[in-house]
Amino acid sequence: MTDPFITDLLPQLAGGAAHTHALGFAFDGLEGDRVRIRVPYRADLVGDPQTGVLAGGLVTTLLDHTGGLAVWVKMGGFKPVATLDLRVDYMRAAEAGRDLIAEARCFQLTHSIAFVRAWAFEDSPDNPVAASQAAYVIETTGGRPVGANLRTRGTGA
Amino acid sequence: MSDLLDTLPYARFLGLQSRLTGEDLVVVMPFAEQLVGNPMLPALHGGSTAALLEMTAVAQVALSYPRLRLPRPINVTVAYLRSGRPVDVHARARINKAGRRVAYVLAEAWQGDESQPIASLTAHFLLDEDDNLQMVDETR
Repeated sequence: MTDPFITDLLPQLAGGAAHTHALGFAFDGLEGDRVRIRVPYRADLVGDPQTGVLAGGLVTTLLDHTGGLAVWVKMGGFKPVATLDLRVDYMRAAEAGRDLIAEARCFQLTHSIAFVRAWAFEDSPDNPVAASQAAYVIETTGGRPVGANLRTRGTGA
Repeated sequence: MSDLLDTLPYARFLGLQSRLTGEDLVVVMPFAEQLVGNPMLPALHGGSTAALLEMTAVAQVALSYPRLRLPRPINVTVAYLRSGRPVDVHARARINKAGRRVAYVLAEAWQGDESQPIASLTAHFLLDEDDNLQMVDETR
């Protein structure tokens, strides 16, 4: 594993921005096109103090971000991407006191859109806390100049 | 009840503040450096906006349908409409349907102009059943 994209850039993209750093996101490995991020359990990330379970919003953020990582893995490098939409199903409460891991896979990539599935779990994706399906827009001009997609209107007189 | 969010650790982490007008909540997420996901634009992390929307929905459901336990999300869909600029975000939720067990909620987040939302959420929440309130009575 000497590819600098995997050894240097992926960990940076996983937890290097202000928000992901504040949440403690850490790159947790790549296997084929499946990439993982781990978030260590912390009391200030809890959603319901009665149960000590991590907040749903944190799980959503983790799945969103790990999904973005999977898009870069699929493209083999960094390009600006933006989440278009994200659906998360919550299967069960996360176990209080335990780290959460997300695994994501970009299963289809078109010129402008990437489709991703992801799972969040403590031990194995076979027993998920949550699962997500998301679409990401890939910010690219495809080498074409701005306006190249516009149809010419009439020809003037 | 409008200060429910003050008691939830993740809402405090995000710095959420709520304002109650009659029965309706508006929740504000004041801009903070630690909410930034893209330092180059810069833009808020979509996850922080999604979490604001989800917390707003939870708080509105808990306010309108008080139960012993907080509503728990079944599923959540977020559409990202505009990039989140590095300024405050506001959010409001509307409960479209609430039955005995499940509530369906729409929520929107905006910056400055409410008619130009940056993200919208639809979600189902599981409500703690009314039966639980009766069970408490029966055990007396």
